[in-house]
Amino acid sequence: MTETAINPEIQKIRPPRNQWWDVWDQFKTHRGALIGAAFFIFIVLGVFIGPWLWTIDPTYIDIRARNSGPSWAHPMGTDQLGRDTFARMMAGGQVSIAVGLTAMTLSLLLGTAIGVLAGFFRRLDGPLMRFTDLFLALPLLPLLLVIILLFRDSLRAAFGPETGIFILIVFVIGITSWMQTARIVRGDVLALKEREFVLAARSIGTPPRRMITRHILPNVLSPIMVSATLGIATAIITESALSFLGLGFPSDFPTWGRLLYDSTDYLQQYPERVIWPGLAISLTVLSVNYIGDGLRDALDPRIRGR
Amino acid sequence: MKMKTTLMAAAAAFALAPMASAERGSDGQVNIIYWQAPSIMNPYLSGGTKDLEAASLVIEPLARYNQDGAMVPWLAQEVPTVENGGVSADLTSITWKLKEGLLWSDGTPVTSEDVKFSWEYCTADGGGCAQAEKYNDVVAVETPDELTVVVKFGVSKPFPYGPFVGAQAPIIQKAQFQDCLGPKAPECTEANFNPVGTGPFTVTDFRPNDVIQLAANPNYRDPAKPAFATVTFKGGGDATAAGRSVLETGEFDYAWNLQLAPEVLAGMQAAGKGQIISGFGTLVERIMVNMTDPSPELGDERGTAAHPHPFLSDIAVRKALSMAIDRELLVEIGYGDAGRVTCNVLPAPAIYASTANDACKVQDINGAKALLDEAGWVDSNGDGVREKDGVELRILYQTSTNAVRQDFQALIKQWWSEIGVETELRNIDASVFFGSDPGSPDTFQKFFADVEMYANNFDGTDPESYMANWACEQAPRPETQWQGNNMPRFCSEEYDALVAEMAQTGDINERARLVKAMNDMLMQEYVIIPLVDRGRVSAHSNTLGGVVLNTWDSELWNAADWHRVK
Amino acid sequence: MFTYTIRRLIISIPTLLFIALVIFLLLEMAPGDPMAQVPLTVPPEVKERMREALGLGDPVHIRFFKWMQQFFIVEPMHLLDGLFGTSFAEGQQRVISWQTRSPVMDIVMQRMPQTLWVVAMSYVVGVLIALPIGIYSAYRQYSIFDQAGTFVSMVGYSVPPFFSGVVVIVIFSVKLGWLPSIYDTTHVVNDWESFVVQLKQMIMPVMVLALQTTAQISRFMRASMLDNLNQDYVRTARAKGLTEAVVVMVHVLRNSMIPVITVIALGVPSIFGGAIITEQIFKVNGLGQLLITAIQANDLPMVQTLTFIFAILIVLFNLIADVLYGILDPRIRYD
Repeated sequence: MTETAINPEIQKIRPPRNQWWDVWDQFKTHRGALIGAAFFIFIVLGVFIGPWLWTIDPTYIDIRARNSGPSWAHPMGTDQLGRDTFARMMAGGQVSIAVGLTAMTLSLLLGTAIGVLAGFFRRLDGPLMRFTDLFLALPLLPLLLVIILLFRDSLRAAFGPETGIFILIVFVIGITSWMQTARIVRGDVLALKEREFVLAARSIGTPPRRMITRHILPNVLSPIMVSATLGIATAIITESALSFLGLGFPSDFPTWGRLLYDSTDYLQQYPERVIWPGLAISLTVLSVNYIGDGLRDALDPRIRGR
Repeated sequence: MKMKTTLMAAAAAFALAPMASAERGSDGQVNIIYWQAPSIMNPYLSGGTKDLEAASLVIEPLARYNQDGAMVPWLAQEVPTVENGGVSADLTSITWKLKEGLLWSDGTPVTSEDVKFSWEYCTADGGGCAQAEKYNDVVAVETPDELTVVVKFGVSKPFPYGPFVGAQAPIIQKAQFQDCLGPKAPECTEANFNPVGTGPFTVTDFRPNDVIQLAANPNYRDPAKPAFATVTFKGGGDATAAGRSVLETGEFDYAWNLQLAPEVLAGMQAAGKGQIISGFGTLVERIMVNMTDPSPELGDERGTAAHPHPFLSDIAVRKALSMAIDRELLVEIGYGDAGRVTCNVLPAPAIYASTANDACKVQDINGAKALLDEAGWVDSNGDGVREKDGVELRILYQTSTNAVRQDFQALIKQWWSEIGVETELRNIDASVFFGSDPGSPDTFQKFFADVEMYANNFDGTDPESYMANWACEQAPRPETQWQGNNMPRFCSEEYDALVAEMAQTGDINERARLVKAMNDMLMQEYVIIPLVDRGRVSAHSNTLGGVVLNTWDSELWNAADWHRVK
Repeated sequence: MFTYTIRRLIISIPTLLFIALVIFLLLEMAPGDPMAQVPLTVPPEVKERMREALGLGDPVHIRFFKWMQQFFIVEPMHLLDGLFGTSFAEGQQRVISWQTRSPVMDIVMQRMPQTLWVVAMSYVVGVLIALPIGIYSAYRQYSIFDQAGTFVSMVGYSVPPFFSGVVVIVIFSVKLGWLPSIYDTTHVVNDWESFVVQLKQMIMPVMVLALQTTAQISRFMRASMLDNLNQDYVRTARAKGLTEAVVVMVHVLRNSMIPVITVIALGVPSIFGGAIITEQIFKVNGLGQLLITAIQANDLPMVQTLTFIFAILIVLFNLIADVLYGILDPRIRYD
C-alpha cells in the first residue's frame, strides 16, 4: 500500500486526506470483506425493495395453494396455509435485519460504554461490575414478562402497535445482552491501561475523554467486532423466541427466526421450507462477520501500513 | 382412518385379551412418554392432567367412566342408582359397596375407612385440595361396615357421582396419609411421590418433572394382570418429539396428547412403527366474544358491565363474525381426523347435544356481508373497514401461543377482512394467559381484547356446573379479583333462571332439555362462537395391545389390560 | 492480589443479598399464577384455596424472609445432617417446590448427573476444540483452514439449537437409527457396555451444544490472537531467536487470553443454568428443563432458588476471571 505511505512530496501537492479514505482503501483490498459487504447490501436491498416488485401480500392466505413446492407462481413455495414464502422471506427479512442491527448496536453501545468506564475509572469498576453481575443473574423470562407488562401498552399508545413493539423488542434484546461485551471490554481495558503508550499519553496530560476515544477504544475494537457479529445472530434468534412466547410481533407477522421455527415441524415433509430462512440468517451473519473482519483490519494502522 | 383405528382398537381389546392373560409381568417393560412431565403422584394436590394420569396407574376411584362415557364400577361392586337402591329417593345419600378382598399394594386390606379418609383428606382446612369441588355439599361419610360407604349430601344431588368417581377423586390409603392432613400435606413428600395404591402398578422411583419407574403391583386384584412387569413413564420435551419417538423411532410404546398438524402426524405414521388413535369428548375450541368495552381509556371500569362493547354488543356483528368462518377448513388444517365441526359449546354426551344451530357448519361470507349492510355497518370511507356512527369494526383477537391456534388466527383474520372487519392478532404465553394473576392484563379472565380463543371442557359427563359458567354472577370483574368463568360477561335473567332450575331437577330427560335450551341460548346470542369439537389424539406402537383411548377419564385407565402383541 | 480477593469475597455477600432481593421482587412482579396449569374445570374458589395453601396469602416481605431463612439456615443445616448424621434441621421447613411439594434442593441434586454429563461435558469439549482452532486460524489468517473455520463457526452459531437438534435427531435417530432420540436419565454407568450406551445417548446433545460454544470462543480467541500477533513484543521475541512455537504458544497466547478467559468464565455458570432448548429437544431433563418448567408453572420457590444458585456462580466465576487477569498480566493491579 505504497500510496498510503507518507510521502512528503505528494503531501505537498495533495490536500490533506481524510484518514477514512485510508481505511476505505485498506477495506477495498480485503476480498472477503468486499464480498460480504456486497452480499449484505444485496440482502438489504432485496428485502426492502423486493416487495415493490413482488407484490403478493405476505399474509394473504391462498388455501388451495398450500404446501406447494417452488414454482413460477411461488418461487420458494408456500407454507401450510398457502402463504407465499418468497413474500414472507422478504417481509421477514426487513424485520429481522432491522431488529438484528439495532438491537446489536444498542447492546454494543451499552456494553462498550460500561466496559470502558469500569475498566478505565477504578472507582466505577466495583459498582458497574456488580451491576453487570446483577443483570447476568436475572432470570430472562420473568424479566421479559415484567418489561412487557410495564411498557407494552404505553409504547403501543405512543408509537402505534408495530413501531411500539419494534422499539420494545430492540430495547429488550439490547438490555439483556450487553453484559458479555461489557465484561470483555473491561478485561481488555484493564490490561491496556497499563501499557506504555497509555502511560505516555497520560504523562503528556491527555484528558480521559481523549484517552478513551483515541487510545483505548481503537485497541478494543476486535473483540467488539466479534461481539457484533455474534450479537446479530443472537438478536435474530431471540426475536423469534420472543414472538413465540407471545412477547414479540403478532403471529402472522413473519420474521426469519419465526419462519425457521414454524417450519422445523415440517422438516421431513417439506425440507425446502426450513432451508430458506436458515440460509438467510446464516448468510447474513456470515457477511456481517466478513465486513467486521475487513473493518478491523482496515482500522488497525499497523496492518494498514503493510 | 377413524373407523379403522376404532375397529382395530376394539379388535385388540377383545380378540387379543384372552391371549394376553397369561401371567403377571410376562411381557416385560412398557415405555410411556408424556411431553409434560408429572410433578407429583397425588391428584388431590395438583389438578394437572399429566399428574392425574400418571397417578391413575397407581391409585383408583370407586367407579370411573369408560371410553363411551358410561360409568363402570372400579373398586365398587356396582354403580349405585335410585333403581338399585344405592341412591336414596330424595337424592341426599349414596351407598357404595367395595369389592371384596381388595388389597393395597403393601398387602393390607382396603376398607371403607380409607374411602372416608380420602374425603377427609381433600376437605381438610389449609390443604388446598385441587379436587375440593368433587366433594361439594358432602356433609358426612359414614362407614357402617368394612365394605360399605354412605355419602350424605347437605342438599338434594341430582348427580351424586362427584365423590370418589373418576381419576380426579381416587381412594388413598389412610395409614399412609393420616399425618398429612391440611397444612401438613406438602411435608409428606414420600407419600406424595410414592402413594400406596390399588392400581396395577406401584412406583419404584419417582423423579419429579422427569421420569417415573413403576413395577407391577404384587397385590393387584386380578392375578393375571398387569401383563407388564415394569413401566418407564418419561416426561418432557414437546409433542412433536413424543410422536416421533413412538411413530418413527419406536423407542416408546405410548405417547399422549399429540396436538400436531394432521399432515405432520400422517407423515410420522407413514414410518410404520405405530398408530394414531383418537377419541372425542367435550373439548370445544371456541371464540369468546367480549360484551364489555376493553378500551384502556376506561381505566378501572375497563372490561366491566358498566360499558357495553361499542360494536360487539350488536348481535348482527357477532352473527356475521360467526357466519364468515369456514369450520370445515379449520378442522382440516388444524386437527384432521381428530376434530369435528361443531355448532354447540356442548357437543357431547349425545343426550345433551343440540341440533338447532347446525346452520353454522357452512361458511356464508355473502350472508354475513348482507347482514352487516342491513344493520347499517357499511364502509363509507373506502378503507376496507366497515363503520357505523364513527365506530370502526377493528378487532383485537387474542389466544394462547400454540402453532394450531396461530394458524386459526391467520385464517379467521382473512375471512373477517373479507367481510370488512379488520383484525389485530395477539398471542400470549399459555402460563400467563391461563394464569389468573389479577396483576396481569393478559389473562383470559381479564379479557382486555375484543375476542379470544381457547378450548374448554368439563370433567365426567354431567354438564351442570359447566353450563352454570355463563350465569351473570360468574362474570370476572374487579370485585371478584377478576376470577370467574363467564368470559363474555354474558348476562341474561332468562339464562340464570335456567341455571337455577337445573340445580333443582333430577330427571335426566328434563335435565337434557334444560341443557339444550341453555346451549341454544348462548349459540343464538352468538356470545360464544364454537369452532371445533376437539378429539384427543395419542399414539401407540404396533406392538402395544389393549389400548382403549378414553377421553372421559384418565387415558391410562385400562393399563392393566395393556400387553405386548407378539 | 490476596487482599483484593478477600475484599471481593466480602463485598459479594451484600451483592448477593441484593441480587436475591431483586430476583424476588422481579418474580413477584412478573405476571403469572401457580395455578395456570390447573385445568379450567377446577373452579376459581378452589384455586384460591390452593394458592392460600402455598402460602401466597402472606405479604411479600414475610415470604422473602421465610425463603432467606430456609435457604441460608435450614438448607445448610440439612446438608450438615446429611454429611454427619446430626439432626440440626429436624422439623424445620426446607425450601419446598410448589409443583412437586418436595424440597427443591433434592430435585436439584437429582438433576446434577445429566447436567454434568451433557451440559458440562459439551462445554469442556467446546472449549477444547475452540482454543486450537482459534489459535491456528489467527496464526494462518486467511488460509483455507481459517476460512473453513470461519464459515463453519458462523453458520453453526447462527443455526439455533431448536433447528440443529431436530436435524440431527432426524438424521441419526429416525433415518439411520444409530442413536436414541430420548435421553434416559435413569441409566447407570457401571461397565464398558453401559458406558457405550451413555456415550451414544449424550453424543447428539453434546454435539449441538458444543457447536455453539466452539463457534463463540474460537472467534474471540482468533480476534485476540490477531491483535497480539502484530505487536512489537512479538517481533522482539522472534528477533531474540525464540522458536515460533514458544513465541506463539507462550508469549502471544498468554497475552491474548484475557477476553477468552472472560468469555469462558461467563460460560461456566450457564452450565448450571442448563441448556433449556437443547435439554427439551433431547429430553435430557437437566437443570435447564427444571428451570423452564418451574417458570412455566410459576413455581416461585424453585425459580428463586435456581436463579440464586446461578447468581452465586456468576459472582464467583467473575471473581475468578478477575483474579486470573492479574496472573496472566501482572501489570493489572486492583489495589
